[in-house]
Amino acid sequence: MRVTTTVNGTERTADDVWPGESLLYLLRERLGLPGAKNACEQGECGSCTVYLDGEPVCACLVAAGQATGREVTTVEGLADGTALHPVQEAFVDAGAVQCGFCTPGLVVAAHDLLARVPEPSDPEIREALAGNLCRCTGYEKILDAVRLAARRQAAQ
Amino acid sequence: MTTTEPTTTEPTTTEPTRTGARTGGRIGEDAQRPDGTLKVTGEFAYSSDLWHDDMVWGVTLRSPHPSARIRRVDVSEALTVPGVSAVLTADDVPGENAYGLEHADQPVLAGEFVRYEGEPVALVAADHPETARRAAARIRVDYEVLPALTDPRRALDDDAPQVHPGGNLVRHLRLRRGDPAPTAPVVVSLDFEVGMQDQAFLGPESGLAVPAEDGGVDLYVATQWLHVDQRQICLALGMPPDKVRLTLAGVGGAFGGREDLSVHVHACLLALRTGRPVKMSYGREESFYGHVHRHPAWMTYEFGAEPDGTLVYGKVHTLLDGGAYASSTAAVVGNAGTLGLGPYRFPSVSVDAYGVFTNNPPCGAMRGFGCVQAAYAHEALMDELAAAVGVDPVEIRRRNGVQEGDRNITGQVIDSAAPVAELLERVAALPLPPPPAERPDLRDLPGAVGNTTHGEGVRRGVGYSVTYKNVGFSEGFDDYSTARVRLQVTGGEAVATVHTAAAEVGQGLVTVQQQIARTELGVQQVVVVPADTTVGSAGSTSASRQTHVTGGAVKAACEAVRTAVLQRAAVAVGRPVAGLALDGDKVVGPGGEVLAGLADVLGEDAVEETVEWRHRPTHAIDPETGQGDAHVQFAFSAHRAVVDVDTELGLVKVVALDTAQDVGKAINPDAVVGQIHGGSAQGMGLALMEEVVVTDGHVRNPSFTDYLLPTILDVPPMQVEVLEYADPHAPYGVRGVGEPPTISSGPAVAAAVRAACGRPLRRVPIRPEHVTGI
Amino acid sequence: MDFLQPSSWDDALAARAERHDALPIAGGTDVMVELNFDRRRPAALLDLTRVPELSEWSVAPDGTVRLGAGVSYGRVIAELGDRLPGLAMAARTVGSPQIRVRGTVGGNLGSASPAGDAHPPLLAARAEVEVASAARGTRRVPVAEFFTGVKRNALAPDELIAAVHVPTAAGPQQFCKVGTRNAMVISVSAFALALHPDRRAVGTGIGSAAPTPRRAPDAEEFLAGELDWDRRPALPEGLARAFGERVAAAASPIDDVRGTAAYRRHSLAVLARRAATWAWDDLRRAA
Repeated sequence: MRVTTTVNGTERTADDVWPGESLLYLLRERLGLPGAKNACEQGECGSCTVYLDGEPVCACLVAAGQATGREVTTVEGLADGTALHPVQEAFVDAGAVQCGFCTPGLVVAAHDLLARVPEPSDPEIREALAGNLCRCTGYEKILDAVRLAARRQAAQ
Repeated sequence: MTTTEPTTTEPTTTEPTRTGARTGGRIGEDAQRPDGTLKVTGEFAYSSDLWHDDMVWGVTLRSPHPSARIRRVDVSEALTVPGVSAVLTADDVPGENAYGLEHADQPVLAGEFVRYEGEPVALVAADHPETARRAAARIRVDYEVLPALTDPRRALDDDAPQVHPGGNLVRHLRLRRGDPAPTAPVVVSLDFEVGMQDQAFLGPESGLAVPAEDGGVDLYVATQWLHVDQRQICLALGMPPDKVRLTLAGVGGAFGGREDLSVHVHACLLALRTGRPVKMSYGREESFYGHVHRHPAWMTYEFGAEPDGTLVYGKVHTLLDGGAYASSTAAVVGNAGTLGLGPYRFPSVSVDAYGVFTNNPPCGAMRGFGCVQAAYAHEALMDELAAAVGVDPVEIRRRNGVQEGDRNITGQVIDSAAPVAELLERVAALPLPPPPAERPDLRDLPGAVGNTTHGEGVRRGVGYSVTYKNVGFSEGFDDYSTARVRLQVTGGEAVATVHTAAAEVGQGLVTVQQQIARTELGVQQVVVVPADTTVGSAGSTSASRQTHVTGGAVKAACEAVRTAVLQRAAVAVGRPVAGLALDGDKVVGPGGEVLAGLADVLGEDAVEETVEWRHRPTHAIDPETGQGDAHVQFAFSAHRAVVDVDTELGLVKVVALDTAQDVGKAINPDAVVGQIHGGSAQGMGLALMEEVVVTDGHVRNPSFTDYLLPTILDVPPMQVEVLEYADPHAPYGVRGVGEPPTISSGPAVAAAVRAACGRPLRRVPIRPEHVTGI
Repeated sequence: MDFLQPSSWDDALAARAERHDALPIAGGTDVMVELNFDRRRPAALLDLTRVPELSEWSVAPDGTVRLGAGVSYGRVIAELGDRLPGLAMAARTVGSPQIRVRGTVGGNLGSASPAGDAHPPLLAARAEVEVASAARGTRRVPVAEFFTGVKRNALAPDELIAAVHVPTAAGPQQFCKVGTRNAMVISVSAFALALHPDRRAVGTGIGSAAPTPRRAPDAEEFLAGELDWDRRPALPEGLARAFGERVAAAASPIDDVRGTAAYRRHSLAVLARRAATWAWDDLRRAA
């Protein structure tokens, strides 16, 4: 089947999509956007988090066809040209990136949190990011990154 | 190479210098990762992101049985599925149908027997993964199910089913020291059991094999050691190394689980058969069958001591379930034996450590490698001893801890810092978290928003642990790394290029390589080119060894380059070499005065040196006594865990997990702390929730729904105290960092839970059933 | 595999009538896992996310909330926490934020897992499931009768879940869920309690401790009869404990990879005791 969806502001079309495919497969293997990651494909790790119509979702749990006519924003769509988004910059600066496989999902989830709650408490950060597993960092520097991004955004 | 480089589909080429230029940093400074920007924008190309024009997908058909004879495999129906380009079985393996890290005992595709659930039996290549899966489902395998050996405690019985013709023993390590029949006034003992932990790296096994015009193959894969992979692939393909070229693709974590082969040979076989690039990428369920796990362990420990708690002897019996194939079991037994009594002084010791074959999932390397299991037993028993003699847990460890100059249980002199007592004192002195709030936030309580307690039944416990681990490969292994470093002036700026085959798996070795080159060559710009097999082996990214060994190789290669450049400079400026130095794109004298531009000295030339670097040799241990200088370096760490336990429901909230660790020299202090955080969290995971549950040879929880990793609501704030007692035998004094925190954190958590609930808890992961005794 | 994408409720029912072999999919949080893990290959997917009627909720004059089957957990938390506190508490424990954005109460009922988090509070609140078919129109099924077996429900092959009707809470409600991790975990056991001071009744719901989610009727009657609804003194410890034991007795749990039967029973007794104490304290404070 054909799927047409808007990704990072551009309308994209894919043909011969198998109806059992996920939005994640569509993005990664058909639209050339491998930023969302394929770590568990069961909604248990958050590595594939993307925005669907403005809400953060696991792309692995959205059937590709369900994205027809919707707006998808992936991690590739967060930076403004070559300038990193403050959340992305904070992840680099805080040392919140090791292997980095969880990073795109965490960046999108943290981006969403700070858009809704500009100055989150630690328990709020933890509850908001509880769906994003990281196996490398023990989360300490991820918390640092979110706090840093919040501070920088508040200062702007 | 004659083939096209694979790229992800959109403009996503890896440019190592993109942020490297911005970050900078010499050794001892908090340098930023050169790949950080690519990773936060989603542009970093992991192995599962690779894509190639005209590529097909490979999938694996696996055995549903833990033990069976294959009577017949019929692929005819699978071959008729439209879109399928190849179906392969054991008969299609052109070389030797065997691979293995230490012993080539594992078939590439099962021939006559399958020995564990999930063993690969056949491969399919097709134009879409779903087509390949449907075709694989139409392969008819006629199995004769055989009795399976699934209880490792029966493996050495005379009537146990034989997993391999040579018997079920992989290794028995026998260690004897001191009095053969020691006695002591105080004797404590326990049995301890450790469940099977999974590395659970987030990036699944994956790779892209591209057939080459010369009849060979180029493989882009996530791995820990390119050259040991290459050796095994060559054996299976029946090809020389120059025809099997490997390049490291982006690695989404490793933790030991990528030491053994996964998709490697399979993807190459399919690529060579179809003549098309082949991508293979496991899903999470397949990943649980696609790599080795941490060995489950059954341990019996006995300590004898003086009435004041001074240790007199230790007796150990350890059994590790190696599963169906050898992998690195022998070396894991080596660690569980030679390091199995922890960082303590024992006048007399008796250790018997066994690794056995079973029809359970193969077990091999995981962060901590044999020391993790042993630490649970020796640390629980130290707490028992403390209670028996009426000393507190910190004091009993402080009193018995080894010091520099002591001999360990293999008789090896510990010839650099062994700050056991100081680590304990420092971790004990760190501020404790505040007591539970009067009206706590649910998210701070055991069970969190599950709303299982508002404080009822909650008791706080504190636990301590101190452990040690060998760094690098031991017992006489020729452990080396190779580095190629080039210095040239490009566009008026001095640029160093570092090329090794060392696998960056997330730990930050690329950053360390840049820092070393900046330090040794005085340059700002350092390009670390992708790791591949066109340069010599770097050894494995494991055993906490790469900063030490590949760091040592990069340092040595930089020194060789510097010497060559300064010799040229000495001629050019008419000064003796001694006293000259490199500073950016200048050659300077003893007072820092500029003598020449590097461009004037080098012109268009590049100076390049390749160096193979080895640490001090280690030695095999005596087969009868286990004595010998088996290890090159030891790394020590201590943890203090504070937990709140809902003693009625058995739920645990770790409140604090603080640590002190000696790292010798922190090349990148920020990254060192990051390693310690992550390692601590993995150790905590084993203590509380992580277990591959295997029943009758079948994995019952191959998913992230039921194999639970700690979330950000589970891992507490962690205070980290980093000590830097340089090891005079190591480059810059470095001491391995990655594994120690994974070893000492779990036993501290277990001790804290014990303290809170008052139960012995002789098994990890600790389940609510154990805490409540129900 | 076909992909059916109706854009109205009538079209959805017509598609369902025509294709009994189609698997309805809403948030996808269960269905896509089964597809990704190669557990299920339905002949068609029936995407319900384009049916506007399903994503609405409204309140009837008697205070009953009609919750469209496609309303997400996230919206239950944000929009219905005051009216349906038990369901909102349960919704907060579902998976992760990303799951709560997509997952729906209707989907939970469709999957009918014994571990479904929405089920215990719906049982405790005496909710009714509104199901519909093109041929026979709508019918309402009390939620306790909706679950017919492990992952089986009372839907006929041509029916879809339209909504669930949940009375606005007349008194305090609690939901407790035991898992072996502090977030994003499937329940080992779960318990929901609703106090109905208006009719001096108690509602309960048990999760993950029987082939289906179920009530604990004896425990409900016992507690309702023993409570001093007029004076509302502190809940006697012995009464809370006896209630907990009766709740545990109503379960028929099994041993599985997530927990043992004995622990499940034990934990239910603890959860029920604590939940009763908290809810009763809330009621006393409210008076």
